[in-house]
Amino acid sequence: MSDHDYRPKSKVGQWFNDRLPLLTLANHLTDYPTPKNLNYWWTFGGILTFCLITQIVTGLTLAMHYIAHADMAFESVEHIMRDVNYGWLIRYIHANGASMFFLAVYIHIFRSLFYGSYKSPREIIWILGIIIYLLMMAAAFMGYVLPWGQMSFWGATVITNLFSAIPLVGEGIVTWLWGGYSVDNPTLTRFFTLHYLIPFLILGLVVLHIWALHVPGNNNPVGIDIKKPSKDTVPFHPYIVIKDGFALLMFMIVFAFFVFYAPNILGHADNYIEANPMVTPAHIVPEWYLLPFYAILRSVPDKLLGVVAMLSAILILAVLPWLDTSKIRSAVFRPLYKQFYWILVADVLILGYVGAMPAEGLYLLIARVATAYYFLHFLVILPVLGFKEKTLPMPLSITEPVLGGSPNLAAARNKESKIE
Amino acid sequence: MKNLLKLFSITIIIIASNSYTFAAEKVEYLKTDWSFKGLFGKFDRASLQRGYQVYTEVCASCHSMKYLSYRNLAEQGGPEFSEAQAKAIAASFEVTDGPNSDGEMFTRPGKLSDKFVMPYDNVKAAQAANGGAYPPDMSVLVKARGGGVDYIYSLLQGYEEAPSNVSLDDGVYYNKYMYGNKIRMAAPLSDGLVEYGDGTNATVEQMSKDVTTFLMWSAEPHLEARHQMGFKAIVYLIILTVLVYFSMKKIWSRVESEV
Repeated sequence: MSDHDYRPKSKVGQWFNDRLPLLTLANHLTDYPTPKNLNYWWTFGGILTFCLITQIVTGLTLAMHYIAHADMAFESVEHIMRDVNYGWLIRYIHANGASMFFLAVYIHIFRSLFYGSYKSPREIIWILGIIIYLLMMAAAFMGYVLPWGQMSFWGATVITNLFSAIPLVGEGIVTWLWGGYSVDNPTLTRFFTLHYLIPFLILGLVVLHIWALHVPGNNNPVGIDIKKPSKDTVPFHPYIVIKDGFALLMFMIVFAFFVFYAPNILGHADNYIEANPMVTPAHIVPEWYLLPFYAILRSVPDKLLGVVAMLSAILILAVLPWLDTSKIRSAVFRPLYKQFYWILVADVLILGYVGAMPAEGLYLLIARVATAYYFLHFLVILPVLGFKEKTLPMPLSITEPVLGGSPNLAAARNKESKIE
Repeated sequence: MKNLLKLFSITIIIIASNSYTFAAEKVEYLKTDWSFKGLFGKFDRASLQRGYQVYTEVCASCHSMKYLSYRNLAEQGGPEFSEAQAKAIAASFEVTDGPNSDGEMFTRPGKLSDKFVMPYDNVKAAQAANGGAYPPDMSVLVKARGGGVDYIYSLLQGYEEAPSNVSLDDGVYYNKYMYGNKIRMAAPLSDGLVEYGDGTNATVEQMSKDVTTFLMWSAEPHLEARHQMGFKAIVYLIILTVLVYFSMKKIWSRVESEV
């Protein structure tokens, strides 16, 4: 990386940069050598940054009008929807923004799984990502409680009750979490406090995530290291900036469609009924992005083991870099892994589907099989595959497959020779 | 571009797999053409005004609408009564105010800034008057029910003689669209129940449509503004996306790489 040679042109710039090298940082970020063969699946990092900032900005605005009190929360949300200028817009962006955030993070995670981005030397980036994902789930869950609708209340009751599965101290922990003997005002105020705090923790972790990324640099679709930076990479600005920008705009069109034309389709109708501790909804379901884990939780007949299974399903990802024994990163050169990857994708989608269904009969059976397969994939298939699989021959450099596969090869060569 | 298509299809799959809320209800609701659906959907002003009439003459005797104020009736995107009309509507209600300087509560005619007057003082009073069932607040009712407007519209017309194998307790009625088919509300509408000022024939179907339209507005008072802004925002985004796409192609043409 060329950071070390960087020196600001102006005297003032030099004076400032010698004391606080912000300009060096800015220069590093602009010049950051990025593999030129990144595809659109790599644009979701930027999209996620956008999602986080959108959630923080809209969230701050909502917090100015929201009242965290069991008797007033529901009404204050209606106040935002009706009487605050553009309150409906801000709230719908925030509510749908959570779904968009998860949509993007799932694509980001599955991109990493496909191209082996979690493997050496990028394990720390991956683990930081898993922590961010966990915090996102906590923030989303607590945020869903704040409008104090029926699903808010009963979702909070179900999820906090999971802690009662812990032997001996479980009940005590639940009372401590609630701040009382049921989900009530103290629960709401602490959830609001934590919901406000977590996004800033995420922001800090995102900085570390990007920092850790900038040490080895990006992985790429062929999954091999950069051989010649001049040949294999492009500077982040303008190449990646404009490409990320283009993808972000596409993403924003989908986002805008939800906000303006289907703002409630991803939510549950029951959450427009004010919380009522005396009436339990027919089906208590979490938001769509938590459904696969909800399915895993319910597929285990024992409460404690169910909670353990659900947590393991997430935490197992943290040790993924050591469970996957294959030295080859990209699934492009791993014909068997590629197939298992798509089975895993289908498996998670199925878990999401049965998570939304009542846990009985055929649905329960499917949930159990899918849960078992989920763990089988990480604990058995991945470790074994690394030893058994015959991988395809790797290209020598990033540039090679790019040129070989390009239908514009002749045109590109021509252009280059003209410039020279 | 092929990858982008894949991405879009995955988005669709996720959305489709999430439509469980709707898949769960297998009853076919009655359909009608709602003017507020679609990209440019707007409320039918006359229908909203008639709907308000049905609400206030029929529903309001049991159902509150606590998040609405009389001023809302004159606001843009709603029934758009004139300010004078809205003032007259407000003044026709007795509002409890106070305490005054003697510490006494008193009643006065309603003002535009007042919330809709509640039919009962509290939930217990409402339950006592309705055989134990609480008539839900109607402000966001449409959004609080799985089938939305179609469900409410159907429910109002769904009263039938109970099939012979269903036994009903006193004060319970059979409705083919109600969850579990049993409802504590007697059929609220009958032909000619209200007399529309604009001469529209007040059939049950017409009244159901009008009052449901009114309920959609009460749940989403800024729906028209949302649709208008949405169209502009999306057109703007599409134009910008196209411009950025060509800029991107131009910039990337400097390197031998596909984008």
